[in-house]
Amino acid sequence: MSDILAVAEHRRGDLRDVSYELLTAGRQLADETGGDLHVAVVSGDTESFADDLNREGVDAIHTVADGEEFNHDVYAQAVEALHAELDPEVVVMPNSVNGLDYAPAVANRLDLPLVTDAVALDYDDGLTVTREMYGSKVETTVDVAGDQQAVTIRGAEWPAAEGVGDADISAFDADIDADAGSTVTGFEEVGGGDVDISEADFIVSIGRGIEEEENLPLIEDLVEATDATLASSRPIVDNGWLPKNRQVGQSGKVVTPTVYLAIGISGAVQHVAGMKGADNIVAVNTDPNAPIFDIADYGIVGDLFEVVPELIEQFE
Amino acid sequence: MKVLVTVKEVAEVADDFEIAGTEVDERYLEYDLNEWDDYAVEEAVQLKEDGPADEVVTVTVGPERSEETIRMALAKGADRAVRVWDDALEDVDLLDVETKTNLLKAVVEAEDPDLVLSGVQAGDDAFGATGVSLADEIGFQWGAVVNALDYDDEENVAHVHRELEGGVEELTDIDLPAVLTIQTGINEPRYASLRGIRQAQSKEIAPKSLDDLGLDSGSIESDLDLTSMYEPESESDVEIFDGDASETAGKLAEVLTELGVAE
Ligand SMILES: Cc1cc2nc3c(=O)[nH]c(=O)nc-3n(C[C@H](O)[C@H](O)[C@H](O)COP(=O)(O)OP(=O)(O)OC[C@H]3O[C@@H](n4cnc5c(N)ncnc54)[C@H](O)[C@@H]3O)c2cc1C
Repeated sequence: MSDILAVAEHRRGDLRDVSYELLTAGRQLADETGGDLHVAVVSGDTESFADDLNREGVDAIHTVADGEEFNHDVYAQAVEALHAELDPEVVVMPNSVNGLDYAPAVANRLDLPLVTDAVALDYDDGLTVTREMYGSKVETTVDVAGDQQAVTIRGAEWPAAEGVGDADISAFDADIDADAGSTVTGFEEVGGGDVDISEADFIVSIGRGIEEEENLPLIEDLVEATDATLASSRPIVDNGWLPKNRQVGQSGKVVTPTVYLAIGISGAVQHVAGMKGADNIVAVNTDPNAPIFDIADYGIVGDLFEVVPELIEQFE
Repeated sequence: MKVLVTVKEVAEVADDFEIAGTEVDERYLEYDLNEWDDYAVEEAVQLKEDGPADEVVTVTVGPERSEETIRMALAKGADRAVRVWDDALEDVDLLDVETKTNLLKAVVEAEDPDLVLSGVQAGDDAFGATGVSLADEIGFQWGAVVNALDYDDEENVAHVHRELEGGVEELTDIDLPAVLTIQTGINEPRYASLRGIRQAQSKEIAPKSLDDLGLDSGSIESDLDLTSMYEPESESDVEIFDGDASETAGKLAEVLTELGVAE
């Protein structure tokens, strides 16, 4: 009983990146526990998904054919049944929106300790998980008790597994009760509109540091003076100060400008997910410990209400 | 319909802080209503104002200090509150999901709500798992990361949008009773009015011990042991510009010009 079970994720016909990252994290754990890496893929075109997931280091792939798209009842039952069959030491799932919609149920019904949003895993006589707290201001290590555990991993923290593997691919009959109390009725794209910030070369992005909607024109003046494109973190959009198509992040847009100027943005993981690919990241923030400085190339530790007017002056 | 809202008082860390052992030193912590729970409270209060809900009850796992935060939720329109605490919880560094599930389950059993609303995550420990774990434990249906809710009284179904990554929303119908974890942006949380704040003073906050809930100390034994806390190592070699606002802005302007994005 020292195997690892990783559960892949897909949406609308495509495996999501985190699936390949799960293989790397799972392989690392399996090496440490001295076991095999089992991978589960549930719903949709499981056969072609299994082919794609057959990468170096994967020992076995179990396909559960029930359902087309993600449904938490199907996923929870499938993982529960596979767990009973394989008796793995650790179940590794994605810390995605859908991961968070079934992983806690899996942990609960199997009575497994659950640690979410892992950024590093270590197995040595037991599982140790590294994760963040207080909006990424501190990192912690957590020892997890018990013989078996469940973890969800943060996206983009492990490299994607590559190469071609020779995993044993087999169909698994999870005996799913499809009489679900929740039914997916469709999907909707949001955040279209006038500007496509993902095309922009220079983005001035504003966060909660702006405090009030009345202060937005200050940033708009900077945008005008520098011919930049205006974007924002989520709270600005939640407040209705800017439309959804300006939101950068996990649930917003992914941007890759030459320069991303983050003003009054703390750098929460879900925001960073949308802008870490910028060539140059510049941060203006009063808090020298703001996580945004950990990924920035240039920074000003200062008050935006003092810095931005000076910056506008430089370009006028 | 009765709506139960989980309300957490979260700690926020000041700009400059020190870590003492496996904790941020108390001096650098400020306490506030969890951002995501604020939206959950608002959604519940709107369900009451719009008709379907008769009563909105909040539940908090927290020490006496958290009553200040609970009053905020009451001032925004919740009818009454339950606060669960036990001295045994005082020494736990990191409450695991199972413990929170056990405590909240006992409250659900006592209150018998039709709908439980919970924030997507708590701003401090960011587990993001309690709502779904609770739903599974109590045999309710559930939906995680809900950013639109339209409750159909006749069918007893919640039509929700679940906000997935990358600007895609999933449309889902969820049978009640259910637990929904609420995402920011679903509504506009109100400020507590002066009148609301005054009224909140006379609303009930019922303290409950483990005993009151029929639980023993075994139900709060955590599987998680916080072994270290530290400031994360910076991945970048950030160049911080020194000087006053005009100097730093000048240096930044130079860099922006050099990089060719502004002139
Ligand atoms: C499932 C999920 C999905 C999410 N998706 C997204 C997403 O797509 N995009 C996104 O952005 N967020 C997203 N979030 C929210 C995210 O977790 C954070 O809450 C959000 O990014 C915080 O925004 P912020 O940095 O503007 O605000 P805060 O975290 O409040 O930071 C404000 C910053 O401004 C600084 N500041 C304050 N005053 C000043 C001043 N005068 N001058 C300079 N600096 C100042 C502060 O020091 C602080 O660092 C998501 C969350 C969840 C749970």
